[in-house]
Amino acid sequence: MKEIHDFRIIERRQLGEQYFRLLLKHGGQMQPVAPGQFVEVLVEDEPRVMLRRPISVHDADAEAGTLSLLVQIVGNGTRRLATLAEGDSLNLVYPLGHGFTTAIPAGSKALLVGGGAGIAPLLHLAKTLHAGGVHCTVLLGGRTASLIPVQDDFRPFGDLLLATDDGSLGHHGIITTHPAFADTYDIIYTCGPTPMMKAVARSAAERGLRCEVSLENMMACGVGACLCCVTDTDQGHRCVCKDGPVFDISTMSKWYSNK
Amino acid sequence: MLAVNIHNLKLKNPVMTASGTFGYGEEFADFIDLNRLGGFVVKGTTGTHREGNPYPRMVETPSGMLNSVGLQNGGVEKFCKEVYPRIKHLDTNIIVNVSGSSIEEYCDVASQVDALDRIPAIELNISCPNVKHGGMGFGTQPGMAAEVVEAVRKVYHKTLIVKLSPNVTNIAEIAKAVEGAGADSVSLINTLLGMAIDIERRRPRMANVTGGLSGPAVKPVAVRMVWQVAHAVKIPVVGLGGICTAEDAIEFLMAGATAIEVGTANFIDPAVTVKIIDGLEAWCKAHGVSDINDIIGII
Repeated sequence: MKEIHDFRIIERRQLGEQYFRLLLKHGGQMQPVAPGQFVEVLVEDEPRVMLRRPISVHDADAEAGTLSLLVQIVGNGTRRLATLAEGDSLNLVYPLGHGFTTAIPAGSKALLVGGGAGIAPLLHLAKTLHAGGVHCTVLLGGRTASLIPVQDDFRPFGDLLLATDDGSLGHHGIITTHPAFADTYDIIYTCGPTPMMKAVARSAAERGLRCEVSLENMMACGVGACLCCVTDTDQGHRCVCKDGPVFDISTMSKWYSNK
Repeated sequence: MLAVNIHNLKLKNPVMTASGTFGYGEEFADFIDLNRLGGFVVKGTTGTHREGNPYPRMVETPSGMLNSVGLQNGGVEKFCKEVYPRIKHLDTNIIVNVSGSSIEEYCDVASQVDALDRIPAIELNISCPNVKHGGMGFGTQPGMAAEVVEAVRKVYHKTLIVKLSPNVTNIAEIAKAVEGAGADSVSLINTLLGMAIDIERRRPRMANVTGGLSGPAVKPVAVRMVWQVAHAVKIPVVGLGGICTAEDAIEFLMAGATAIEVGTANFIDPAVTVKIIDGLEAWCKAHGVSDINDIIGII
């Protein structure tokens, strides 16, 4: 069930210039949040911002009543959120959207491909898959080392591989040229810049591999009411906020074929 | 204390929701008790399925937003067969926003909705700014507005509310024309036609180039138009445009609206409608108003 709730910020960490992470405490009975789901955050005291900002859940622990958000500063909304401090409250509408498929057999091989801010939802995913006995390979990339906001947090849950366009960390080259990318997997999950996700999806489709992409579109309601955030799918326009943000590429050939 | 009537439509309070901002109600069922609403207006429904406009369809602007969804919906048959059975049990007024590109299409949708027992009213949308054919075209000329309302009046037998466009020189003239053609009520305002440009990419922010402006930015324009129309017609007026609080709603009531619709504010706070209802009751108590009808149209 979705709810509107004031969370308390219990930890704030700056991660390089562009990213910060907020750990939020519910204070009561938190609703379960599945990997790939997102929240709509109310941005207060910023006159240029009216609508909530959709932000993917980086990690969630329903029992402890905590969830964390990994945020990239991109505009007025996220810049305002960056000024929040420990002890401040944050109003969320959550949990929203359709997340990643995590009910896959133990012993399966999964590849998680994340770029930039798209790395955020993959931590909760890796943790959940690992707990289910799935072998995870986590491939993270960015233009340069400082744009990969987190990496070590992934180590307990799988093999961690890195790639940067400028070679400052890990494999030198765009993420889809990493040798591990050519291996075969039972499922590939990806979240990041659209051109990267489309390249991952095309490669997976060519090789007949199962693949899920997590999209981000400009959004208003977050619950499938306003139909502003639609994406093209093979079945027509679908809401990223409600039918997604995670889509199986078997319904997305139109989307990933269009470069 | 809060009950009002729109023609034959009895509302337990004046608070409804605006079409296109509240889906089919179900999307908000986790956040509020839908039965508390005076009513809600479901998504614009056309004769056949529509995919709507390409993405990007919306952009945030100062104190508002532009949208150009373009009437994406599954069509009237799908509404009647799939959606209606899921929501018809609700103890509130469910109003269908009827849209189209031709008089025939408006009449087709209206007559199919007329057959649904639990839908006591339609809101005839002759003011959508985001579709090329019809929509706003019908709502910007008194003659055409009257023609479509007259035709729908013949096939629709319950409460007929006509939603007006603010993108006209004289909205009172259009309101009088639809009143003369048999409308039971008018609702206003639909969105104001607007545009936004991404100066770095040197292109419009929305795929459809222009879109409809909504949110607090349009509220003073809406209040003014409600006031003008309320003085020009005898039928009840439904006011909307940027309402976020009970105080905003009261402004519309004083300007002459018998009921109000909440739109964009649902995106900011999915529970805002019940807060407005509670706020109206608190305001009436604090100001010694025993019947909300006593403040309607006092300006």
